[in-house]
This record gives sequence, C-alpha cells and structure tokens, in this order.
Amino acid sequence: MNTQSNGMPKTPPGSATTPSVVQTRPMYWSIRRELWENRSIYIAPLVIAGVVLIGFLIATIGRALAMVDPEQKIAVLAERNHFAASVLVAAAFVVGAFYCLDALHGERRDRSILFWKSLPVSDLTTVLSKASIPLVILPLITFAIVIATQLTMFLLSSAAMLISGLSGTAPAPSSLQQPLILLYSLAVIALWHAPIYGWLLLVSSWARRAVFLWAVLPVIAVSILERVAFSTSYVPKMIGHRLVGFRAEAFAGSSHDVIDSLTQLTPGNFLSAPGLWIGLAVAAVFLFAAVRMRRYREPI
Amino acid sequence: MPCIEAHGLRKAYGTTIALDGIDLSIEEGRILGLIGPNGAGKTTALNAILGLTSYQGELKVLGRDPWTERDQLMCDVCFIADVAVLPRWMRVSQALDYVAGVHPRFDRAKAEGFLARTAIKRHSKVRQLSKGMVTQLHLALVMAIDAKLLVLDEPTLGLDILYRKQFYDSLLNDYFDRSRTIVVTTHQVEEIQHILTDLMFINRGHIVLNCSMEEFESRYLEVMVNPEHVPAARALKPIHERQVFGRSILLFDRADRHQLATLGDVRTPGIADLFVAVMGDQPGAAQGAAI
Repeated sequence: MNTQSNGMPKTPPGSATTPSVVQTRPMYWSIRRELWENRSIYIAPLVIAGVVLIGFLIATIGRALAMVDPEQKIAVLAERNHFAASVLVAAAFVVGAFYCLDALHGERRDRSILFWKSLPVSDLTTVLSKASIPLVILPLITFAIVIATQLTMFLLSSAAMLISGLSGTAPAPSSLQQPLILLYSLAVIALWHAPIYGWLLLVSSWARRAVFLWAVLPVIAVSILERVAFSTSYVPKMIGHRLVGFRAEAFAGSSHDVIDSLTQLTPGNFLSAPGLWIGLAVAAVFLFAAVRMRRYREPI
Repeated sequence: MPCIEAHGLRKAYGTTIALDGIDLSIEEGRILGLIGPNGAGKTTALNAILGLTSYQGELKVLGRDPWTERDQLMCDVCFIADVAVLPRWMRVSQALDYVAGVHPRFDRAKAEGFLARTAIKRHSKVRQLSKGMVTQLHLALVMAIDAKLLVLDEPTLGLDILYRKQFYDSLLNDYFDRSRTIVVTTHQVEEIQHILTDLMFINRGHIVLNCSMEEFESRYLEVMVNPEHVPAARALKPIHERQVFGRSILLFDRADRHQLATLGDVRTPGIADLFVAVMGDQPGAAQGAAI
C-alpha cells in the first residue's frame, strides 16, 4: 500500500505531499466517522418510525374493524401517511440540532481533538463534514425511513382491508408524487434551517460548557431586551420565521393544507426568497467562524 | 535543512509567558529529549511545532508554517499527546479504517503487524482497552505512518514499567531509522537517556541547556569523591554536590577527567542529576522534574 519506502531519495518537504502515495478521501471518512460516533443519527429516526408503525397497527386493526363505511376507512388510513412523514421530519430536526451542539464540543471535552488534529485533515474538512450531517445525511436518512415506513403502512392497511373484506384499495403512498414531494420538502427544510445548524456548530466550537444554554440564552436575552426596551418583538418573530417560514415560501396554500400534489410546490418562489439566501449567507459566516474557532480552541 | 527551526518563538497566555523568545534548530535524524519541570513551556513548544497553538516569532517545521499549514504538515508529522487521546467510542478496526482513509502515508499492513504482537482485539472499543493497550494501539497507528517527524509528549505517562520499556524498545527497533526525527518529552528521563542523541533543558520559557549526547558525555562528569579528597574536589568548583549514603557526589562541567579520577570514581552523570544541578538552585523549579 505504501510504496514510498525509506529507500527512496529524499524529496524536499515542500513537495513531499504532492506525489500522493495512496488516494485518500478525508471528507468521506470524516462523515463515516461521525456516523460511527453518533449512532443516534439513524437510530432515533428508526425508533420513531417503529413507534409510528406500532401505533398505526393498533389504529388500523381497531378502526378498520369498527368502521363500516369504506370511504371513511380510506380517509383514516391516508391521514396516517402525512402524520408519519411530519413526525420523522420533525425528529430529524431535533436530532440534527442536538448533534450540532455536541459536534465540536465533544471532541474537545474528551481531548480526542488532539488525535483528529494529528491527522492530515483540515479544520475546513472537519467542520464541513459535521455540517453535512444535518444538511445532507439526516435528510437522506429521513427520506429512506419515511418511504420505508409509508410502504410498510401501505402493506399493513392493505392486509387489514383484505381481512375486513374490502378489495385492496388502500391509499398508495408511492404514487411517484409522494417521494418527490418528500424529497423537495426535506431539501427546502435543510436549506432553510442551515443558519440554525451553523449557529449551533459555532457555539459548539466556542463554548467551554453548557453549550445548549449558550446557544439559546442569547436569543432569549435579546428578545427580552427588545420587548422591554422597545415594546416590539422582531427577534422572536425572526426566529419563528426561521423555524417555519419555509412553509410559506416553498409551498402554495395555507399552512393547514396537506401537501399531496406537485402543483402545490413553488420552487421558483422559494429560490427567489431573500430569506433563503440571507439564511445561507449567515450559515456560511457561522461555519467559517467555526472553522477558525476549531483551529484556535484547545481541549477543555 | 533543519527539521525544526525557530527564531524568537514566543507565546504568552495572558500575563504568563510560556515561551520567552526561544531559538532552536533541530536537524534531521536526531532524537531530542526536551526536559523541563512542569509548566516550563515544553508542551507549549510542542503544540506550536504541531500547529495546535498560535505563537509569535518565526517557526518552520519541515519547511512549513505549522499554524497555517497544519493539515499538510500532518502528512509528514505524527504525534502522541500527553494522555490517551484516542476517542473512547472508536473500535480498533474503525481506527485502522479511518487513518488508512485519511492518511496518504499510512501502511495498514504494518499497523496490523504491530497489533498482532499485542493482545488487542480488532473489534474492541478503545474504552475497553487498558491504558497500556491504548498506548500500544496509538503507537501501532503512528509507527505505520511513514513520517519524517514524530513528536511524543509524555507518551508513557501512567504506564507501568513493562509497557514503558516496550514502548521505547519498539520505537528504536521498529521505527527509528536515522532519517526520521523524534522529539520526546518525559519526566522519566533515566529511561530515555540511552536512546537520545540530543538533550535540551527548558525552564520558564527559556532554553537552559542544549547539547548533543556526545557533548553531554564529554562535558559533564560525576565523581563519587573519597571522603579525604572532598576539600580538594570542592576546590575544582563543581556545579553541584549531593550526599548519598554519607558520600559526596560532585558534578563537574568541563573538568579534567584524569585529575578527577584521582579523587574518586568518575562516571557520566544521569540526565536527572544534571537537571537537578542546572535547575535545582531555583526554588520550585525542579519540582516534579527528573523523578
């Protein structure tokens, strides 16, 4: 594997790394490393999916047997699909947020940062690999689990209907529209929430302890200050907009409408929303600051 | 070109000056022992060399600026920090996978070979290994990297004597090949005296002594003086005197060996004894050092 043995003529140190001996993939392995360390990234959504399925099983059997009207039955079963998706998407946000809070703090707390820094992986690669967990990896995992859950629910409800004497007309989850809507939604939410994850990573790289408090208290403090000093509430509104504002930008209709058609998606509107681009710029600033922070910070 | 070159290297934490403008030049192929009391600035110096801390002054390691080029520098530099820093959640196999995946000069087969000589199981997690085994694992990873500079900061802290001996034996037999450079700090100076080629004492951010081991051996002599010769020996201005079992042991700098031989048994002092002689007069300075 390592062909450049000691017998080779000495190369000047400056050029020593250019004839790369083995092709390395620091980004790929850094992300795998995160998944090794933080198994909650996939275990938490799996557990929630399991709970949803158990609940669904109880409901399907109970209601399918209790109700006589087939139309009503189908409606009850369909509603579960949307619920399962929303719960898992919300869970991904919580998992991602807590992951970010620990990502750059944990390695300083257990001093393993000294080991990571002894390897030729730049601070930029490290921070980007950590940022990719909530921005790329978690949405992909969520997508896979939601689709698997909906498929399982479809099979369960089909079976239930078969048993209760109906022909298999359960609401099919995978009329190709559903996965596309889900994928679009996950991408929208990840991009919209990017500055939140950036902020959490920055606090994680900076705080010596009580990362969660450092992440949340300043926001609360500013809100209180604003309220008392100016009797306004722009900051809480801004935070609220950052949490759920993607709904108005990326989808048509009111926030209570169920999204079940591609026509309800408004990607053009979303991509031209200033809130998206301001958010991404802020996220980039936060991440850049976290990269600098990681260089300066020593083990706690 | 020297492996490490520093001019006026300075680092202050608030009002505490950890490094007070030191100059040093370490040539390739040397094994340097960096010895100093706790808080002398050893770790700060090593952290600056490894790009783990910012500094003032000029510092080049293998021709690179460690602070701005740490990731590239780490292709050619390895280090083991003072305590076990391998992540506790990691499995041995994952550690091998990861280092192989990110390090262009890592020879996995070599690391597996080193591990085969230990009792470390491939699927164990680091938290399940004893402290000695964690050090063995880290050493196996590091020795499989074809690096130019290896930095060891108290690598054997907290290990029992068998592991310590094994650690330095493997380092010398399996790793050091006279083209690599090793910088090591330790309080167990007697254990590394025979492997060093260079010696540096550092105290309060200053380099107090910097010499090769040949120079050390020719320059410093220790005499266990026969009681009747003590006044005569003292007249030769020893740099240090101590009593062991009622006999006086005097340490001389640049004295005539033949002349000393007439006074008692002459031998090369231990690094620890020289350390005490050089630092001992400063209250508190020798505390925790050279023991």
